[in-house]
Amino acid sequence: MALEGLLWCIAILLGTSVAAVAIARNRSATPLVYGAALAATTIALVIGVSSLLGRSQPAVALTLPVGLPWLGAHFRLDALAAFFLLVVNLGGATASLYGLGYGKHEEAPARVLPFFPAFLAGMNLVVLADDAFTFLFTWEFMSLSSWALVMAHHRRPGNAAAGYIYLLMASLGTLALLLAFGLLAGPSGSYAFDAIRNSMPSERVSGVVLALALIGAGSKAGLVPLHVWLPLAHPAAPSHVSALMSGVMTKVAVYGFVRIVFDLLGPPIWWWGALVPLLGGVTAVMGVLYALMQHDLKRLLAYHTVENIGIIFIGLGLALAFQANEMQAAAALALTAALFHVFNHSVFKSLLFFGAGAVLTATGERDMEHLGGLVHRMPRTAFAFLVGSAAISALPPFNGFVSEWLTFQAILLSPALPQWLLKFLVPAIGAMLALSAALAAACFVKAFGVTFLGRPRTQAAQNATETDPLSLAAMFVFVALCLMAGILPGYFIDALAPVTEALVGAHVPQQEELSWLTIVPIAESRSSYNGLLLFAFIALSAWLVTYVIHRWASAATRRAAPWDCGFPDASPVTQYTAGSFSQPIRRVFGTVVFRAREDVHMPAPGDTRAARLRVQLHDVLWDVLYVPTAGLVGFAADRLNKVQFMSVRAYLTLVFAALVVLLMILAVWN
Amino acid sequence: MELILDALIQLGEVTLVLVLAPLLTGYVRKVKARLLRRQGPPIVQPYRDLLRLIRKEVVLAHNASWVFRVAPYLVFATTWVAAALVPTFASGLVVSYAADMIAIVALLGSARFMLALAGLDVGTSFGGIGSSREMMIASLAEPAMLMVVFTLSLLAGSTQLSSIAAFMQGPDVGLRVSLALALIGLVMVAIAENARIPVDNPATHLELTMVHEAMILEYSGRHLALIEAASFLKLLLYLSVVACVFVPWGVAMSGQGFTAYLTGVAAYVLKLVAAGFLLAVFETAIAKMRVFRVPEFMGAALMLGFLAALLLFVSRVT
Repeated sequence: MALEGLLWCIAILLGTSVAAVAIARNRSATPLVYGAALAATTIALVIGVSSLLGRSQPAVALTLPVGLPWLGAHFRLDALAAFFLLVVNLGGATASLYGLGYGKHEEAPARVLPFFPAFLAGMNLVVLADDAFTFLFTWEFMSLSSWALVMAHHRRPGNAAAGYIYLLMASLGTLALLLAFGLLAGPSGSYAFDAIRNSMPSERVSGVVLALALIGAGSKAGLVPLHVWLPLAHPAAPSHVSALMSGVMTKVAVYGFVRIVFDLLGPPIWWWGALVPLLGGVTAVMGVLYALMQHDLKRLLAYHTVENIGIIFIGLGLALAFQANEMQAAAALALTAALFHVFNHSVFKSLLFFGAGAVLTATGERDMEHLGGLVHRMPRTAFAFLVGSAAISALPPFNGFVSEWLTFQAILLSPALPQWLLKFLVPAIGAMLALSAALAAACFVKAFGVTFLGRPRTQAAQNATETDPLSLAAMFVFVALCLMAGILPGYFIDALAPVTEALVGAHVPQQEELSWLTIVPIAESRSSYNGLLLFAFIALSAWLVTYVIHRWASAATRRAAPWDCGFPDASPVTQYTAGSFSQPIRRVFGTVVFRAREDVHMPAPGDTRAARLRVQLHDVLWDVLYVPTAGLVGFAADRLNKVQFMSVRAYLTLVFAALVVLLMILAVWN
Repeated sequence: MELILDALIQLGEVTLVLVLAPLLTGYVRKVKARLLRRQGPPIVQPYRDLLRLIRKEVVLAHNASWVFRVAPYLVFATTWVAAALVPTFASGLVVSYAADMIAIVALLGSARFMLALAGLDVGTSFGGIGSSREMMIASLAEPAMLMVVFTLSLLAGSTQLSSIAAFMQGPDVGLRVSLALALIGLVMVAIAENARIPVDNPATHLELTMVHEAMILEYSGRHLALIEAASFLKLLLYLSVVACVFVPWGVAMSGQGFTAYLTGVAAYVLKLVAAGFLLAVFETAIAKMRVFRVPEFMGAALMLGFLAALLLFVSRVT
């Protein structure tokens, strides 16, 4: 029943998408399309939540007679799918709500409206797919519809290149997944997930499948070094689509990885637990360092997605390490931490992109160096963005802290692992996690401080006005969720129990009955955290001190010019900028990671020209990995170009030679 | 009945940290002054400063926003909560399970986040320089602190400060290299986090290397009083953590009698006196670093914490 309902929701989304092609030029198209998307995703959200909370329900499956004739399209709703449906449709519903308000400012609605519901439908279908063909088909559908959305404003500089790189990386990812499923299906060639689950691939094959899954899902999620398309493509799309791509689509990629590695692949091998967290740790640190160097608000957020994907993969990798050593309880904790972070990141990243979108519509600027002082003109957006910033920086009492805390608790269980490599590696990964959390806080002080605080740096920032109420409503849904998941994490952790039960055969101890809603992942003597009490204490002591101050302290307040050590300057260019804020961190980390160089050009004495500071940054990964690859492909294409201009005789010879070679291979093989 | 008693003791702890924090800072200043052969202000001077500040009017910059006005209250509240969660004279209190060591570090992170934003709010160059440098130092100090936590929790099997304190009092501790490294790392972090010499100088203005003071330059009156009080609390908090983990003797366990609590308070005050004296001697003996030497200092703390964790796997207890 639930599954049918979900498929109907998806059908509504697809129908809306088709209808949108017809009515896109109409004035009322925007509210109609987003309204329909909002309705469909809300229903799907309710179904997802209820099937996740209805713990005893077994997984339901359904086959539709479409797709490959001998296979059909299999769909299945189990606990894992239900959890990711929640993430997808929560993001989808709020993005639709945001779109209702934001869509009015869209300059090319005909390029956005048809693809938006299709993109939502694609993500839902990936999560429900239960055979390799349906999975890959809907995965490509999701990629292509989001690519169309990235290209919505294709005339803006840089967007066409972003779309091109996205398309290339998506093809690479799908190719890797295609090969992975080919290996999983094995010689029997059965593509239904049920059959794959029951087959046992050899150790070598499953190692290759893991690598392919890392490339396939990792390129879509943004694992370093496959992250290059993310910071280009995510900011290029309209802001609610950016929120969906960054907050939700990367989670669908995480879903793909979890489905293949935890569900389909069979028991893990211990070295997976070294490889995956290491990749996650490197991704987390690199992502946040890239983000610190950015001035473009949306690109900064996209790089933070890379960072958070790294944190999620640290959790997933630890779960693999524990599971390989049959430490089910620890594996359940690590997996719970990763999945909780999936939810949390989808919440605060969507919130932050909505905020960036509101800033973009109000000022037309994405560059933080042209903003400033928006807290006076957009107070509500500023508040929402501040909550999102605190949450993503893993600060209590918000939700980001809880999932990173759980990841830490999982890391602290690592000494029990028998492999020495893991014993030594995991503390290093813990240090990376801590480093990325601390740098994220620095980065969001910069992002919020330069954009919203200080004095306006341009006329556009000076004249900004508060965004529309529907966009604000979408943001405040997420603000509430950031706080709720932060102070009542027990309920969210409990909801994940059936998922981890299905994947690693254990779950974190039931949290609901604990007194005062404390969360205790292992044992009380070991560690516990109570967001509710902490929040209550902070609120209480803040209230107390406010009361005392207002009762006994002087209430006199005078407005005056800033003090600034006696040298205030009226010009807003004397403020700290995004570049100057991150300069100390650029000096500490950037000289190694980005080969950062600073040149100061001082004019000669007496010359009245301004001095100039030039900063050079190199994206080392791009220079080392992508430029040579592109050169190689170009070189090969040039050489092969000759094949295009041959005589018929030569072509026939080629065909004959190919046939002979293939037959020879066949003969030798057998 | 027992719950009420526990609650009372917790309340006593919450007030005690608040009362002792300015005294500790006054004491450290006094010792420093005596070491420099100055008379120095009386120990209660910080109290007088706070009182004077809250009686004065607040001068707000024209474009200061609500972030600037709310930040002092939140900074003070979060720091106070964090300080109250550290076992001082008694451990195993009613609410100690609300936050472990990681959460306490993160709470201080929340306070710093708000303060750094407030530094950027008015849009002055000094505020920016302070915020930017504070976050740079924190970005290295926080991982170093967490590596120390990691080491301690590997030893004690817990991240709860009460459990760690109980473990350190127990017979299984032994003399370990890791503990020494962790102690050095923790002290380095504490120095950096509290803006002490050699990382920052709490006593200067108008110096280009100042960090914390630059950030709060625009504050005045009651707002400044709250921020000052929060920084007193933070110093007390870090000394309490060091005392609770590395010299846990005398800390009263829950369920012990009234005299145990009295000895607990006495032992705690003695520990603070000793730690404050050592801090003053250290600060007098050393010179302030250039700001870009600080990353090396913090990097050393991070490496010490990391080594401490790794050495645990290979070292034997003696």
